[in-house]
Amino acid sequence: MRRPGAVTPWLLLLPALALLAAFTHWPALATLWHSAMSTPKKARPSRFVGLDNYRAMVEDDVFWQALWNNVIFAAGTIPLSIALAIAMALWVNGRIRGRGFLRLAYFTPTVLPMIAVANIWLFFYTPQYGLLEQVTQALGLPSHNWLGDKSTVLGAMIVVAIWKEAGFFMIFYLAALQGISPSLAEAAALEGASRGQYFRRVLFPLLMPTTLFVLINALINSVRMVDHIFVMTRGGPDNASTLLLYYIYQVGFSFWDSGYAAALTVVVLIVLALVAVLQFGVLERRIHYR
Amino acid sequence: MRKALFPIALAAAALTLAVSAQAQKVTEVNFYYPVAVGGPVTKTIDQMAADFGKENPDIKVNPIYSGTYQESIVKVLTATKSGKPPQLAVLLSTDMFSLIDEDAIVPIDDVAKSAEDRKWLDGFYKSFMLNSRTGGKTWGIPFQRSTIVLYWNKDAFKEAGLDPEKGPASWDQMVEFAKKLTKTDASGNVTQWGVKIPSSGFPYWLFQGLTTPNDAILMNEAGTETYFDKPAVIEALQYWVDLSAKHKVMPAGVIEWGTTPKDFFEKKAAMIWTTTGNLTNIRTNATFPFGVAMLPAKKHPGSPTGGGNFYIFAKTTPAEQAAALKFAKWATAPQRAAQWSIATGYVAVTPAAWDTPEMKKYAQDVPQALVARDQLQYSVAELSTHDNQRVTTALNNGLQAALTGAKPPADAMRDAQREATRLLKDFKK
Repeated sequence: MRRPGAVTPWLLLLPALALLAAFTHWPALATLWHSAMSTPKKARPSRFVGLDNYRAMVEDDVFWQALWNNVIFAAGTIPLSIALAIAMALWVNGRIRGRGFLRLAYFTPTVLPMIAVANIWLFFYTPQYGLLEQVTQALGLPSHNWLGDKSTVLGAMIVVAIWKEAGFFMIFYLAALQGISPSLAEAAALEGASRGQYFRRVLFPLLMPTTLFVLINALINSVRMVDHIFVMTRGGPDNASTLLLYYIYQVGFSFWDSGYAAALTVVVLIVLALVAVLQFGVLERRIHYR
Repeated sequence: MRKALFPIALAAAALTLAVSAQAQKVTEVNFYYPVAVGGPVTKTIDQMAADFGKENPDIKVNPIYSGTYQESIVKVLTATKSGKPPQLAVLLSTDMFSLIDEDAIVPIDDVAKSAEDRKWLDGFYKSFMLNSRTGGKTWGIPFQRSTIVLYWNKDAFKEAGLDPEKGPASWDQMVEFAKKLTKTDASGNVTQWGVKIPSSGFPYWLFQGLTTPNDAILMNEAGTETYFDKPAVIEALQYWVDLSAKHKVMPAGVIEWGTTPKDFFEKKAAMIWTTTGNLTNIRTNATFPFGVAMLPAKKHPGSPTGGGNFYIFAKTTPAEQAAALKFAKWATAPQRAAQWSIATGYVAVTPAAWDTPEMKKYAQDVPQALVARDQLQYSVAELSTHDNQRVTTALNNGLQAALTGAKPPADAMRDAQREATRLLKDFKK
């Protein structure tokens, strides 16, 4: 029997490697390079400027606001959507009537395109005759311009994101729950464990691998999900709902400042990479894989 | 729907390109156009290209739908940077400086050289040409142009004891009317607002409807200076802020542009400011009689123009540029301009178009359409400078900060002016 040479595995890896290199690694390196170059203007071609773009970033109030908005957006969406996903998964995992229908209902927001969703929510939030206003008016509460007020607009965006994401995460939890042997529940019941104890001591630890996966996805989404900003607020009022990726788009494709946009992209890449390392490094050790 | 059309149009364009490689004689004109108003715009444009092709068999115009205005400029500039620009495109008139700075377009004067061409260029309304000329050259040809007008609900006026046939003529009158038109229910919630001036997305444009009557202009003709912190500008912003903060006749915070016409149909706003391009929409959906008025006057009436111009692109052959010009000329001929205006609600761009029998009949059926034309004599150029999007964003942020109560108007405008000065520093010579 002939041993396959060292070439075979590389050949097998080649298609994936070529795609990754062409569409992920090369653009990332190119971005890094562009971030050290000035944006070409009519009379001045692009030239090397070192860290100038990054220095400009430090002084750019909008960048700091976008970064801060993004932190709030992540802190608002991630824990809530995960908690909601677990609750929904536990609920539709049980033997209840209309289970299929309920699962479908929870999953629907995920299937809908974000642009369509944003247009629907735009109507929900419309002052005076929007859905939300109809409810608050029926309860005799004062009217509010949710998207037109700097203090509520980001919260309104967070709610849309949670609504959109929770159903998607639920699917993963549901799959994990289906894989947990019912004998564990029986054993816990025999020991006299309450449902709360069973969840805290048995189910939740067993769900930790799923939680890590979902957590990373949620984090990526909190940076990636900006479609609804385009439709609902365009970053307004006065940048109160500007998120990092939206700002990068604005700088890159409205202002045509490619050098600065590249520098912003590099910062986002670094932040995401750091968080991923942290998540894998710290959480990995505390997770029980079967 | 619109999105789905793009790949098809692109494929069609690619196909025609491939076919034309064999037939050398025909000059191809790739024509990018956006859709920014309701109505069957795509169908109308395709029909125009086909009709033009019949009359000019040596030119083939390929209309390519390119999304919204914003998406269109992204596509056009990307195509230009990759060395394959379209020959012709309709883009915002305010994109002129950006396109010049990118070396993307050629002056129309370089292509339109004959005496007849000159006469044609002089035939447009002067106010539309304000956004098409700079530094003594013409860079754009007015095509789908609009302006802001005030729509009012005649039933609501009657109910409030006002003359239903007269819109507000001055700033003070608008406040006075709006106070009578604002209705609250028993628990103190407003059920009908007196007036709504939208402020999402591009508040600077609506703001020019306030600065222009107050005799303030926002920038110089060269696009290198802005005047955001002049007292007349701050006064105009104060008036806008006071509508909600002091007089309580307009909702507080930022008002969404997109839902403003619906607020009008739903009788949640008795008067609204929006584009003439919404006339057809409002005619179709309003269940009550409505009037259209010029924007109220302060020192005099006034409003900015808006909308899109034809641009002819650099890095194309002279033959292609001449063909592109020929199509633009054909599309803005009086009869065409009239048909285009009737189909879309845009303001017909030449006085000659208003003299065509078709337009005269339309004006008789829909007298509201005349208001936009009559307002043109008081109109100024839409805000447009070098590094345009950044400068307008600075102003937009300032306006929204003032309207949401985050900054007093004077501070907001001073900050916007400082930012604009910084951005325009490099363009001053």
